[in-house]
Amino acid sequence: MTLLSIEGLGISFGGIAAVKNVSFRVSPGEIVSVIGPNGAGKTTLFNMISGVYQPGSGKVVLNGEDVTAMSPHLLARRGMSRTFQNLQIFQTMSVLENTLAGYHLQESGPVLADLLNLPSSRRRARAAEEGARALLKRVGLERAAEREAGSLSYGSLKRLEIARAMALKPKVLLLDEPAAGCNAVETEEIDHLIAEIAASGVAILLVEHDMKMVMRISNHIVVLDHGEKIAEGDPATVSRDPAVIAAYLGAEHAAG
Amino acid sequence: MSELLQFLLSGVTVGAVYALVALGFTIIYNASDVVNFAQGEFVMLGGMITFFLHAAGAPLPLAAVIAILATAAIGVAMNKLTIEPARGAPVVSLVIITIGVSILIRGAAQLIFDKQIHTYPAFSGDDPIHILGATILPQSLWVILGAVAVFIGLWLFFTRTLLGRAVLATSNNRLAAQLVGINTTFVMTLSFALSAGIGALAGVLVTPITMVSYDVGLALALKGFAAAMLGGMGNPKGALVGGLVLGLLEGLTAGYLSSQYKDAAAFIVILAVLFFMPQGLFGRKSTDRV
Amino acid sequence: MRLSVKSATLLTLLAFVVVAPLFFPSSFYYRVGALIFVNGLAVTGMVILTGWAGQISLGHAGFAGIGAYACALAPEHLGLHPALAVLLGAVISAVLAWLVGRPILRLKGYYLGVASLGFGILVSMVLNNERDLTRGPDGIDVADLGLRGLLKDAGLDLSNGQFWYFFCGFSLMLGAWFALNIFNSPTGRALRALHGSEIAARTVGIDVPRLKLQAFVISAVYASVAGSLLALQNKFITPDVAGFMHSVEMVTMAVLGGVSSVIGAIFGAAVLTLLPQVLTVFAEYEQLVLGLIMVLVMIFLREGVVPSFLRKFRGNEA
Ligand SMILES: Nc1ncnc2c1ncn2[C@@H]1O[C@H](COP(=O)(O)OP(=O)(O)OP(=O)(O)O)[C@@H](O)[C@H]1O
Ligand SMILES: [Mg+2]
Repeated sequence: MTLLSIEGLGISFGGIAAVKNVSFRVSPGEIVSVIGPNGAGKTTLFNMISGVYQPGSGKVVLNGEDVTAMSPHLLARRGMSRTFQNLQIFQTMSVLENTLAGYHLQESGPVLADLLNLPSSRRRARAAEEGARALLKRVGLERAAEREAGSLSYGSLKRLEIARAMALKPKVLLLDEPAAGCNAVETEEIDHLIAEIAASGVAILLVEHDMKMVMRISNHIVVLDHGEKIAEGDPATVSRDPAVIAAYLGAEHAAG
Repeated sequence: MSELLQFLLSGVTVGAVYALVALGFTIIYNASDVVNFAQGEFVMLGGMITFFLHAAGAPLPLAAVIAILATAAIGVAMNKLTIEPARGAPVVSLVIITIGVSILIRGAAQLIFDKQIHTYPAFSGDDPIHILGATILPQSLWVILGAVAVFIGLWLFFTRTLLGRAVLATSNNRLAAQLVGINTTFVMTLSFALSAGIGALAGVLVTPITMVSYDVGLALALKGFAAAMLGGMGNPKGALVGGLVLGLLEGLTAGYLSSQYKDAAAFIVILAVLFFMPQGLFGRKSTDRV
Repeated sequence: MRLSVKSATLLTLLAFVVVAPLFFPSSFYYRVGALIFVNGLAVTGMVILTGWAGQISLGHAGFAGIGAYACALAPEHLGLHPALAVLLGAVISAVLAWLVGRPILRLKGYYLGVASLGFGILVSMVLNNERDLTRGPDGIDVADLGLRGLLKDAGLDLSNGQFWYFFCGFSLMLGAWFALNIFNSPTGRALRALHGSEIAARTVGIDVPRLKLQAFVISAVYASVAGSLLALQNKFITPDVAGFMHSVEMVTMAVLGGVSSVIGAIFGAAVLTLLPQVLTVFAEYEQLVLGLIMVLVMIFLREGVVPSFLRKFRGNEA
């Protein structure tokens, strides 16, 4: 059963194609990884899927519905949630409040009720807070709940973004380099967390440079190079693919 | 018929001024993403400084040149003292800063000069020229020709000179421009000098027709902005067309509807553009990077 | 036990409203106090719009003008009680804010600045030009609210100055209470989130344009009610209430005291209301001073005076 289907997605900036004709599918409980050298177009692909960029061509189909170029807040209502490679944290809010923001769809109600501080407004806020604290515990940030988010370490912020994204109770979760900047222990923790989330039936789309992690947890891997899909398959197949090896070696030579 | 032509002619004259103000907006916006609410004050300064120098005995051409240079210097000072220190600030802060500078200049002009309405002699006399039953003042021709000269001059500058191309490159992609060795700080300074100077020139040319006082800047800024938005933010051609269209609309409103509400034309244009085509006539869409 | 921001703000206001009169050198200061409270109310709306939603309006005086002229015109022409006229003004302001804000709040931040500037100019143009209705630049009389008479019948005999001082003081407290309710509610959290990162706010399901629009409408109602209170206490109003300089004053007050802090913004309102009263030469320099404050605060003290001071004082908490 397909939950998310990407069909021929493409976009170009100033005449240069950043992503070209990329297609693949993701099912519930599945972990699909998108890998590729720097600048391959992975983040751009995520931005199109999550409605942040308007695709130049192609379609995004979620649960049978065409959601191409739909505004992110409407995608959120349909069960899509994501994290960002370059952190998008609400800096001046507390860690708890950052997580609570993820409960927006569940906790928000009439403005007038909030203005008058009606019991209904307080009840909504309280229910969300319990959920948020439980989530923080799950990502190991419960002790930092009251701290200002801006004061946390990079690795902690990565986990905070996961907690916030989880707060939406998503059907599809897009994670853009969740383990970047984390040490070996933290990476392992995130690794477990992702597996756990997938086991609960969430479809996961992952971008990650840590190849060990990708090979360990992915069900399916999509390889991008210069915006194009050059290979696709299970971890074993992809890691033997000559085009993939060439792309990575080429990238390393160029960078080196 | 001749009545219509009359309204059109006066529309083109003010339209040329709005086009120049809009051009000033555009130059600064392209170089720095700053929307400069003080743009109208440059026009006011051009007129006021010229008047007071002329009243003090300076010949008109000399007074005008000094006014333009002085205003350009004020533009540069504005950039150095208020925009550069706030680089990277959110849009709201930048709006507050430029509106603050606008009021500051107004307040200073009111103290240094006065609160009176002033004018000085037209450059080539006041005998109206007759065209097909309508008339146009020689000074209107000065305004229109001045605007044409500025647009042609800038076009040559941006396309034919190395410096002009550097400015264009910066407006396309600041980081890339820095990487290829363009001094973007200097480009910012230049942009403020240019757009302040252009604003002052507009003031110098139009004052014999519309007169000047310390508080004319705000309305001009609003109209210049309306023109820039109508044409498409960031596009010099848009500034020209937007300015002319707005001027004509205003001329026709004043002629056929109500001269009291001719200033409302600008606001209606702003709302209509925002409702129906936020990109303006020649604007392009941009994708914010994440 | 530490007080929440909400209780601390409300207690500070209450203490000020009650205690300040003990130190008034003359009854004239009741009037100054009432003006401070009215401006404080308008500026509280700016906190919601600018401090929390991160949007800027340069035409909020237009809404104050609508609120004020509703009190001048509705009782005379529609036979409404002045209290209902306040309500009518607020509704008209809300509807206009919604109409103007809806297309604009989808766009980048400065568009609202420009459009609201135009809106304010338009309102003041109408108030100045439609002499048949508004009597033009000379101003118009406003009916009596009638509440002071009722209080007198009930045995509470206040002078006109005293009545408006306490009435505006308590109105401000009510306004501050509403605003602070929002701050800690889901709506307030969403507002602060979109201020922090608009992209992230959208991906967690926040309808950003709609939320900004709500903030714009609410702040317009604050300005409108403030305008009504001004008209009612002066029993007279001129189109200046809707003028551009009044809009600029509102922004400057909020920015000076601290645009994201209710108590800070009210402090800013107090300072800039007091200045012209104690310094008669101030009128001459008003534009210069307001302009300077806006520029300097934005460059050197972006949070505003009060939050910066509190931060120094209490260490690193907001
Ligand atoms: N908004 C934008 N405007 C212009 N170019 C863009 C924009 N977003 C992405 N690009 C370009 O698209 C290409 C792909 O970038 P993208 O960030 O998607 O790569 P990536 O695979 O995520 O790389 P990395 O591994 O470094 O994160 C790059 O050349 C980038 O410069
Ligand atoms: Mg990336």
